[in-house]
Amino acid sequence: MLKLERCLISNGEFDLSADLEIEQGQRIAVIGPSGAGKTTLIEAIAGFRPLAQGRLFWQAEDLSEKPPGRRPVAMLFQDGNLFPHLTVAQNVGLGLRPDLRLDKAQQENVMRALSRVGLDGLEARKPAALSGGQQSRVALARVLVQGRAMLLLDEPFAALGPALKAEMLDLVAELADETGATLLMVSHDPDDARRIAGQVVLVAEGKAHPPVTTAELLDNPPPVLRAYLG
Amino acid sequence: MADRAQPLSPWPGILAATGVAALILGTLVAVVLRAEAGTGLGASDWAALRFTLVQASLSALFSVGLAVPVARALARRRFPGRRVLIALLGAPFILPVIVAILGLLEVFGRAGWVSQGLGLFGLEPIRIYGLHGVVLAHVFFNLPLATRLILQGWQEIPAERFRLAAQLNIEGASMFRLLELPMLRQVVPGVLAVVFAICLTSFAVALTLGGGPRATTIELAIYQAFRFDFDLGRAALLSAVQLILTGTAAFLALKVSLGEGFGGGLDRQVRRWDGRGSRVLDAVWILLAGAFLLLPLAAIVLSGVPGLLELPPVVVRAALTSVGVALVSTLILLLLALPMAAAVALGRAGAVEMSGILGLAASPLVIGTGLFIVIFPIADPFDFALPVTAVVNAVMALPFALRILVPRARAVVARYGRLGLSLDMGGWSFVRWVLLPRMRPQIGFAAGLGAALSMGDLGVIALFADPELATLPLQIYRLMGAYRMEAAAGAALLLLALSMGLFWLLDRGGRWHAEA
Repeated sequence: MLKLERCLISNGEFDLSADLEIEQGQRIAVIGPSGAGKTTLIEAIAGFRPLAQGRLFWQAEDLSEKPPGRRPVAMLFQDGNLFPHLTVAQNVGLGLRPDLRLDKAQQENVMRALSRVGLDGLEARKPAALSGGQQSRVALARVLVQGRAMLLLDEPFAALGPALKAEMLDLVAELADETGATLLMVSHDPDDARRIAGQVVLVAEGKAHPPVTTAELLDNPPPVLRAYLG
Repeated sequence: MADRAQPLSPWPGILAATGVAALILGTLVAVVLRAEAGTGLGASDWAALRFTLVQASLSALFSVGLAVPVARALARRRFPGRRVLIALLGAPFILPVIVAILGLLEVFGRAGWVSQGLGLFGLEPIRIYGLHGVVLAHVFFNLPLATRLILQGWQEIPAERFRLAAQLNIEGASMFRLLELPMLRQVVPGVLAVVFAICLTSFAVALTLGGGPRATTIELAIYQAFRFDFDLGRAALLSAVQLILTGTAAFLALKVSLGEGFGGGLDRQVRRWDGRGSRVLDAVWILLAGAFLLLPLAAIVLSGVPGLLELPPVVVRAALTSVGVALVSTLILLLLALPMAAAVALGRAGAVEMSGILGLAASPLVIGTGLFIVIFPIADPFDFALPVTAVVNAVMALPFALRILVPRARAVVARYGRLGLSLDMGGWSFVRWVLLPRMRPQIGFAAGLGAALSMGDLGVIALFADPELATLPLQIYRLMGAYRMEAAAGAALLLLALSMGLFWLLDRGGRWHAEA
């Protein structure tokens, strides 16, 4: 279980409060108006933004003071998820060893992950030689080898076309199921939420609300969300 | 978490910056403590101060005055070879001073091309030694720099303004008053200050083309007090004077300064509709400037080839020494500049950048004098000639290296810092797999610049070297002093090839197979 205990996150322009719990293995969409703090919330969980108040727990472990790389979190950013000068295999391998000194078993693990996301035979390529969808798959293969308990997505597929984005989201859902990871994804699009998220965290007016069932929220949106959804 | 999480520690950079500051400030303190104020400045010292100021002012005025029409012509004309010409304007920066001086002598010297041409009409040959020569050489080096800086000003006038002016049928003098004069008023003072500051610390030019009671710069006077009179007190006093001078000038230059154009953006062409009538005038300016820059180089190549075939062994030995010094100096430069650039990128800008800029305010001979004073009581300073040269060269190249590295380091940390952190790539892993590979082109460029500058340097080495030891520029100077001009020309061509070759290799190596 992920627990944000009376948290206050400051992003310089506004404060976001969050007091909520997320069940292990849930798939959560974080939605809300632009600029409300969806990314701020994700960044705080990932450790890129300090908490001004409150504490953050994963199970019994207090994460509040941990640096980002030491949290049970794998994260995909809006862009820049791959290092353009490293090969596909190296980009994935970083998820196992930051210094890239992979042993045999780890190398096999990388190849297995690449195979799982459908990139057999592309391990020696550089990201620039791949399509947008393939680049996303490389990042997902790395998430797979990282094997972290939580997967945070900050709209990493925003630049892809609708069909490709749907394909990626389905793959994310499958991978989350296979690994049992808890998924939190920022989304602008309520259809994304309906597609793969069981629950929604609404971020609006300086507050991250506790999760509610997706269909329930989207079918009966509160006024602030209705204004956003149109 | 008090600090924002960072993929790297700024401490190696802060340490390097502290070391540089300690070296520069420490030598300055040594100089000031050793200076014998009691004797005061003698008549010849005042003459040196006067000459330094006069030649720097004249050099700045001529360089900038000539650069304005050249830059204007380059800004509004498009012709084949324009890009190459603009790139060439960057070359004097890494051109060894002694090579340029030999080239200038062959064109403008007593027996040079111009004097021979004048002789055909029964005219007197021109005199290049003294004030004329010093200013001529400074204009040779700084006209291109001034042109690039002013050209940058021209390129920064938004294209829309020219479109609007064309629509309103504004041409010629009115165009100049409306758009170009305001830009020049902003840009020119800064360029004047930069060139003036550079010429203040002129040593090699004054050493070869100046000299004597009427054409000695302070930098040269320090050298003479040191080498000829071994009067450390007077050398230190002169160093203190030089320090006040360069410190003030560097401060002024930074104050009125502008972003320096190291390449990027200068080949952008703004579409112009005016100036149809002055096409010939622009062409003349471009041709004159091109000839002024290229003829001395051509002269060196032409006269150097015969000498190149039979280089004396001392020249070969000096060349090997120089390559060694340049490589060590480049290594020191990178070991200082990379951590400092990283520290600046991580938000520790202020003090680290200041320490990098200190090298601009101190002159090589002042640091050299200071180091001599510090080493003298402990060991024989002449044993340290090469290490001292390598270190001083690195510190002198540091401001330029930082200028190249810092923006890229900032961009890499901003773009990949969080991804690195989320993958737990702390410290060395981030350096090894992200920072160094992403910065390779800039590292290569900075290294090339540092190596070429060190290769061509004729400064501290003149202070410290004994007769048995020489770098290639110093050896060329000695050959010139012995009137062995053919050997000097051959050695100069070798030096030119080595400097440009090192620059090309390192710069090229950095960009080789670099991913976008």
